[in-house]
Order: sequence, then C-alpha cells, then structure tokens
Amino acid sequence: MAQIFHRSTNTVAKVTLFGAVFFVAVAGWVAATLDRSAYSTRQGVVREQPVPFSHDHHVVALGIDCRYCHTAVETEAFAGIPPTTTCINCHKLIWNESDMLAPVRASLAEDTPIRWTRVHDLPDFVYFDHSIHVAKGVGCATCHGRVDQMPLVYQAASLQMEWCLECHRHPERYVGPREQVFNMAWKAPDQATLGPALVAEYHVDPRTDCSTCHR
Amino acid sequence: MRTSAPLVAAALALLVFAGCRQGMYDQARYEPYEDSDFFADGRASRLLVEGTVPRGWLRADPVLYTGIGADGGFAAELPVALTRELVERGRQRFEIFCSPCHGRTGDGLGMIVQRGFKQPASFHEARLRAMPYGYFFDVVTNGFGQMSSYASMVPVADRWAIAAYVRVLQTSRYIAVDELPAEDRRRLEAAR
Ligand code: HEC
Ligand code: HEC
Ligand code: HEC
Ligand code: HEC
Ligand code: HEC
Ligand code: HEC
Repeated sequence: MAQIFHRSTNTVAKVTLFGAVFFVAVAGWVAATLDRSAYSTRQGVVREQPVPFSHDHHVVALGIDCRYCHTAVETEAFAGIPPTTTCINCHKLIWNESDMLAPVRASLAEDTPIRWTRVHDLPDFVYFDHSIHVAKGVGCATCHGRVDQMPLVYQAASLQMEWCLECHRHPERYVGPREQVFNMAWKAPDQATLGPALVAEYHVDPRTDCSTCHR
Repeated sequence: MRTSAPLVAAALALLVFAGCRQGMYDQARYEPYEDSDFFADGRASRLLVEGTVPRGWLRADPVLYTGIGADGGFAAELPVALTRELVERGRQRFEIFCSPCHGRTGDGLGMIVQRGFKQPASFHEARLRAMPYGYFFDVVTNGFGQMSSYASMVPVADRWAIAAYVRVLQTSRYIAVDELPAEDRRRLEAAR
C-alpha cells in the first residue's frame, strides 16, 4: 500500500508538537508580561490633576510633614486626602491670586470638593490598611517611592498581589524604625541586621493566608 | 491525552479572561471620598446631619472640650495628666501642625512665614508666657485672626498635648544654668 503521508510529515509533526508547547509557553509569557506591564498596572504613569499640586515643593522645599495633610494615615485604613480648607490654611495669604490655585478657591467658594484623580487604586476585592503598616515600621517610601521628589504623583510599585506577598513573606527586608516612617530619605545602614532585630522587637508577623487581604 | 484538550481550553480561557477588569474590580459599593451619581452633591462620604452626635463624640466635659473653665475664663490647669509621654506627643504634633508657621522653637519664623505668611507673635513674649493652657487649646480649636481652626486636623487629646509642649518651649528659655541636670550642663559647657 502506498504511503498516504509524505516522509516530511514526520518532521512537520515533530515541529508541530514542539510548536504547540512553544506556542503555549510564549502565550503564557506574553500574558504574564502584559499583566506586569505599566500598561496594566499603571506603575510609573503620571496622572493629570485638577490643580498641579507638587509634593516636591510642599514636602522638600517647605518641610511639611505627610501627616499635616494625610491626617488619618496613622490611625485608619484610608490615608486621607486633605480637604480644601487644608490648602486654604496657607493659601488664603500665599499665592492667593495665582491662576494655578483658582480651582482651590472655587472649591471653597462653592463648597464643592476638588476632584483629585486617584493614583493608587486597589481592586475592590482587596482590603488594605495603612495604620498597621505604619505602626509596624513600614515607611511611606517603601511602597510609594520618593513621593517627596514627585512634582505630580505616580504609582511607584506595581501593587500586584506578588508585590504585597514579597514583603509579607520577608518583612525583615523592608521594616525600618518607627521614627523613620515619615522620613522619605531614610536608608538603613545595614538592613540585614537591623531588619530581623526590628521584626522581633515590633512582633512583626504579616499573614499570607488569602483572608488577610481578601475579606 | 484525551483529558488534555479541555485542560488546554481552560488554560487558554484563563489567559484570555485574565485581561478582564470588570465587576469585581469596581464593585457596587463606595470607597472613602469616591464620587457618587446617587447623591445630589456628588459626595459618597456623607456630611453629618445637623444636630446629630456620632458615637464617641459626646462633648459632656466642657473644660476638656473647650478649654474654658467653670469661671468662664481659660483653664489654668491641664484636664489631662502631665506626663513625659504627653509632652513627647505634644512635641511631635507641634512639629507636624504648628512648626510650618510658628517655627520649631515657637519664635514665629517658620518656613511658611518666610514665604510670605503673616508672622505670628513669638510664644516667648511676656503676654503669651502669661497665658493659661486653655488659651492655647482655644486658639487651636477656634483659630485666631489669620490662623485657621485646626480642630478638624488635631484631635482633642493632641491639642492638650500641644498646649503642654508650648509651655515646655516657653519655660525652656528661662531656666537658670545651675538648675539644669548635670548631664545637660556638661553639654552646654562643652558647646561653649
Ligand atoms: C500640603 C499637603 C500634602 C502633604 C504635606 C503631603 N501630601 Fe500627599 N497628597 C496631597 C494631595 C492634595 C494629594 C492628591 C493629589 C495628588 O494625587 O497629587 C496627595 C496625594 C498623595 C498620594 C497619592 C494618592 C492617590 O491618589 O493614590 C500619595 C501616595 C501621597 N500623597 C503621599 C504623601 C507622602 C508620602 C507625603 C509625605 C512625604 C505626603 N503625601 C505629603 C497633599 C499632601
Ligand atoms: C503649610 C502651608 C501650605 C499648605 C497646607 C499648602 N500649601 Fe501650597 N504652597 C505653600 C507655599 C508657601 C507655596 C509657595 C512656595 C514658594 O513660594 O516657593 C505653595 C505653592 C503652591 C502651588 C504653586 C507652586 C508650585 O510650583 O507648586 C500650588 C499649585 C499649591 N501650593 C497648591 C496647594 C494645594 C492644592 C494645597 C492643598 C492640598 C496646598 N497647596 C497646601 C504652602 C502651603
Ligand atoms: C505597605 C505599603 C504602603 C505603605 C507603607 C504606605 N502606603 Fe499609602 N497606599 C498603599 C496602597 C496599596 C494604597 C492604595 C489603597 C487602595 O486603593 O485602597 C495607598 C494609598 C494611599 C493614599 C491614597 C488614599 C488611600 O488611602 O487610598 C495616600 C494619600 C497614601 N497612600 C499615603 C501614604 C502615606 C503618607 C504613607 C506613609 C505614612 C503611606 N501611604 C504608606 C500602600 C502603602
Ligand atoms: C513593605 C512591606 C509590605 C508590603 C509591600 C505590604 N505589606 Fe501588608 N503588612 C506588612 C506588615 C509588616 C504588616 C504587619 C503584620 C503584623 O501584624 O505584624 C502587614 C499587615 C497587613 C494587613 C493586616 C493584617 C491583619 O492581621 O489585619 C493587611 C490587610 C495587609 N498587610 C495588606 C496588604 C496588601 C493588600 C498589600 C499590597 C497592596 C500589602 N499589605 C503590602 C508589610 C507589608
Ligand atoms: C498580602 C495581601 C494578599 C494576600 C495574602 C492574598 N492576596 Fe490575592 N490579591 C492581592 C492584591 C493586592 C490583588 C490585586 C492585584 C491586581 O490588582 O493586579 C489580588 C488579586 C487576586 C486575584 C485576582 C487576580 C486578577 O488578576 O484578577 C485572585 C484570584 C487572588 N488574589 C487570589 C488569592 C488567593 C487564592 C490567596 C491565598 C492563597 C490570596 N489571593 C492572598 C493581595 C493579596
Ligand atoms: C499656616 C500658618 C500657621 C499654622 C500652621 C499655625 N499657626 Fe498659630 N498663628 C498663625 C498666625 C499668622 C497667627 C497670628 C494671627 C493674627 O494675628 O491674625 C497665629 C496665632 C497663634 C496664637 C495666638 C498668638 C497670640 O498672639 O495671641 C497661638 C496660641 C497659636 N497661633 C498657636 C498655634 C498652634 C498651637 C498651632 C499648631 C496646632 C498653630 N498655631 C499653627 C499661623 C499659624
């Protein structure tokens, strides 16, 4: 009986077998890369704001502490975004005719909040709480990067689950002294010895079971 | 090999649907300060209904919550215990909320004043040194001239801590050298 398939079909079949594995692997890799890309996580993407509020200017040049504006960060889940009156504390006398601040004055006059564009926004099925992280010595800069050097805020970390878990599994790599949480420039002289010591001192024990963050 | 077809199909479906950001990402509930198309003013975080008192906000003790004593004058005594922790807390809060204008030492030359804000009186002048604790509590609560009220930013307990720390700042400039503890005195001598 004559052969139905030409000899070369063997090669084609082998290539196809390999190709299928290769195709699935590449597809997986593309999906994973896309998922981690800035396009999907919005990491590093600067967001336009209704008022060009500069952390660089207010934190570094003027020396204002994060807690002057983000008053709830030590006690609550939500860090707090300052109300218009907080800006007015200073801007009633400073730059009070500048066009840049016109939306702030309008907000005060009309009693309507300023609509800031959210930069960090976890999905609604994730629970996050600032107060516990601050209380256990995780600095703002660890998660938010050098906000004090950002003329407009962007997201410094991916905020993906793997990012949370990396620290929840190895807190000793990130935990610092409580007094330095708000010091954006703080760098541990020797994290390898300081980290484990602080983890023991503060009883740091972040959980990794699903219900910690998905509740 | 037969079982692998559904598996592969499922894996591919997972890959495809991993890109979907629907319902669960933005659920039908509000986050703090989110905007709302339900309420007329667009705020999801509702303001208090006038005349209501939230739990834990009953202000039954007038001295503690107003700084005004029974005689109608400013309270001369702290309504909370004066401890080292209170003063340390006061220092921390003073440096966050007051030092931008009043300066870390209370001389009224903070950074915002240097950029053109009205210069407040120094806490070290005789008039303010004579003011009772209740006065400082009252200014933080109700504001004073061009200074806004800080009541929404500084909770009651912290306002008393700040008042206690202001007194510490004021006292610090009028301690005789021989009243200093030996350790501080040595440091002073060394700095000279
Ligand atoms: C003078 C007030 C002020 C101070 C001081 C301040 N912030 Fe902010 N911050 C704001 C305002 C207003 C916004 C919202 C507008 C924006 O995103 O730029 C904001 C936004 C942010 C955001 C992004 C929030 C989002 O939308 O996800 C982060 C993170 C942040 N601040 C961190 C800090 C840190 C860390 C410090 C201290 C180093 C600090 N801020 C000090 C006023 C302030
Ligand atoms: C503690 C005082 C203080 C507070 C609170 C404050 N600012 Fe300012 N801001 C200043 C000062 C002082 C300047 C001018 C800086 C200078 O002259 O170098 C300034 C400058 C600005 C400018 C223009 C200059 C620039 O390049 O950034 C904008 C816009 C601004 N502020 C927005 C805001 C907004 C919005 C808020 C409220 C979230 C706010 N500020 C809260 C003190 C303050
Ligand atoms: C462990 C990481 C971590 C640390 C430490 C941290 N943040 Fe955040 N921050 C986040 C995440 C995650 C979000 C987004 C929360 C959400 O979408 O619900 C966020 C959101 C914010 C926001 C927006 C408002 C909100 O709460 O959603 C502000 C403002 C902010 N952070 C300020 C700060 C300041 C100031 C500090 C330092 C005291 C700080 N954060 C420390 C992770 C962190
Ligand atoms: C840089 C380190 C770090 C990162 C990043 C981090 N965490 Fe944490 N987290 C901690 C530490 C430390 C604790 C405190 C654990 C303890 O109780 O000792 C904690 C505690 C928590 C808790 C409280 C657990 C409880 O028992 O109530 C939640 C919820 C949480 N983290 C969620 C998150 C989420 C969601 C993310 C990512 C968006 C995240 N964390 C990222 C360090 C981190
Ligand atoms: C430390 C906090 C934390 C813990 C613990 C945690 N997750 Fe998550 N998870 C997150 C965050 C943050 C996201 C959102 C990631 C994003 O937006 O890309 C997430 C997303 C997810 C998603 C959706 C993924 C997507 O792309 O839509 C699933 C499913 C999930 N988690 C399952 C789990 C399971 C199962 C566990 C327990 C083994 C778990 N998580 C434990 C923080 C956590
Ligand atoms: C934005 C700048 C600013 C900040 C921040 C500020 N103040 Fe003032 N404060 C002033 C100015 C300006 C005056 C003088 C007001 C006037 O005479 O119109 C003043 C006046 C006062 C007075 C009254 C002095 C007198 O002459 O009788 C006291 C007391 C005081 N402040 C305490 C505080 C405390 C405590 C804080 C911190 C919670 C604080 N201030 C934060 C600007 C500020």
